[in-house]
Amino acid sequence: MGKTIAEKILSNHAGKGLKAGDIAVCDVDFCFGQDGTSSIIIDSFKSLGVDKVFDESKFCMIIDHSAPSPNIGVSEIHKKMRAFAKTFDVGLYDIGCGVCHQLVPQKGHVTCGDLVLGADSHTCTYGAINVFSTGVGSTDLAITLASGKNWFKVPEAIKVTVTGKLPKGVYSKDVILHIIKDMGANGATYKSVEFYGQTISSLSVDARFTISNMAVEMGAKAGLMEADDKVLKWVSDRSAKIPKPVKADPDARYLSAKNYDVSKLVPQVAKPHAVDNVSDVTDLLDVKIDQAFVGTCTNGRLEDLEIAAKILKGKAVHPDVKFVIAPASKEIYLQAVRKGLVEIFVKAGCAVVGPGCGPCVGTHNGVLGDGEAAISTANRNFKGRMGNPNSFIYLASPATVAASAINGRIADPREYKNRL
Amino acid sequence: MKHFARRLKVKDNINTDYVISGRYKFKIQDPKELAKYIFEDLDPDFAARVKRGDILVAGENFGCGSSREQAPQALKWAGFYAVLAKSFARIFYRNAFNIGLMLVECNTDFIDDGDEVELDIEKGKVKVKGKGLILDAKPIPHVMKKLLEDGGVIEHFKKHGGFKFE
Repeated sequence: MGKTIAEKILSNHAGKGLKAGDIAVCDVDFCFGQDGTSSIIIDSFKSLGVDKVFDESKFCMIIDHSAPSPNIGVSEIHKKMRAFAKTFDVGLYDIGCGVCHQLVPQKGHVTCGDLVLGADSHTCTYGAINVFSTGVGSTDLAITLASGKNWFKVPEAIKVTVTGKLPKGVYSKDVILHIIKDMGANGATYKSVEFYGQTISSLSVDARFTISNMAVEMGAKAGLMEADDKVLKWVSDRSAKIPKPVKADPDARYLSAKNYDVSKLVPQVAKPHAVDNVSDVTDLLDVKIDQAFVGTCTNGRLEDLEIAAKILKGKAVHPDVKFVIAPASKEIYLQAVRKGLVEIFVKAGCAVVGPGCGPCVGTHNGVLGDGEAAISTANRNFKGRMGNPNSFIYLASPATVAASAINGRIADPREYKNRL
Repeated sequence: MKHFARRLKVKDNINTDYVISGRYKFKIQDPKELAKYIFEDLDPDFAARVKRGDILVAGENFGCGSSREQAPQALKWAGFYAVLAKSFARIFYRNAFNIGLMLVECNTDFIDDGDEVELDIEKGKVKVKGKGLILDAKPIPHVMKKLLEDGGVIEHFKKHGGFKFE
């Protein structure tokens, strides 16, 4: 019987053949925490009573969820992280560096075929570059930090095939929102989702990250893709590690298979307060918005900023809209400056803030007021997610967000067809 | 000890942002303090109604979303003896057993807020007193049972010097 990508990567790290349903202890290639989870990682690690981490080069912490600190409580957590990094000689990306799910692959910490744990639920992002990466809690991460290992249940897999040429104004964000609408918030719980098809192959690596990033929004443990030439180039441009690409066997066993033809897909929007509550943008054109946000581990990459800038160039953000933009890393920020994107944003009336997660998780940099509605490129629109339970969050692509910011209402980016 | 069910109006897909909002979890480190704010965005009076030994009851996919371990921590410190749901999200599931909070999967459709509930984990039965209902619970996997017996993954790890599930 053939194996899925998940079965193969986990087998390679357990030193024995595994199949879905098996439980095994595996060696982990890289692990990390962010400032919302590292405080408990540190406490749990210390309570294990070990005096060193398993490998200083295979762990780092990233200060991104509240960066720079908006209050004293967070400042104390950041201090604790910096002190731990010094004492145990481990890496720390401090404020201004970027969002964890951009930095971990961009800085070359992971490569194809790796097994990676992150104390953040969107760790599944690197599935796009053929990494079995998944989110865990802080204590699980501390166990790995001490031992280099953790236990895994090998997941069943769902094969998702996406075909058809994406129409203008429709992007990978729309594809994944469409899939989540169909599968539901619980549709892939405990499962690994493998993405295939010509649509996926045609996407840039940046655009693929958006899809894998949101696999967890349907409950998935991983959102895996094969490593093609684009991925191998992307990875080898950034990492000194030797890629070990893993393909599923032709006779691999899948729990189910889903096929999506996206050639007629229209821009998608997730409505409050659930990610699977998705509509065509054309059904929402009368929704007034108070805030727009482009950024996050889902859509804060250079390509996303370029898409937004093309629509915004020479235009002004609607007078009733506040528009916040947060590039996903320092390097992306610098490229956006060099390419003139930041100038376009600032002239249009956007507030370009430092790299970080703030607005998405409601810690700072754009907390909504009572009754306000935001359209955002993030991955979650749970009630209260942007800091106020009495507000409303819509999720969409960077193009839909930029078009909406100009119109003051949810807008179809295809209205700006010469700018797509 | 008697256990009483506590339910929210929302049944399915209760995420960890709802268990404990980012407004609190990013700045408060003390789980006892966090426990005061559980489910604030869904029902601001909920936390005050919870008594030690209560059982939280929910529908499908409880604990989806963020990996925050503060969610099971806050539930444990709020006094919950266990969480009963039709299904749980993956990260929350691991986190709960890792810190010694028991999760039980069963059909929760007929359990209402305030019902007295008895758990028999060995036999896999959930008794809803006063309704004459005895529900079948999904067996707790061996690994999770082991972690619970040892008092969570930290104690398990210290006791065995690594993982020991056999």
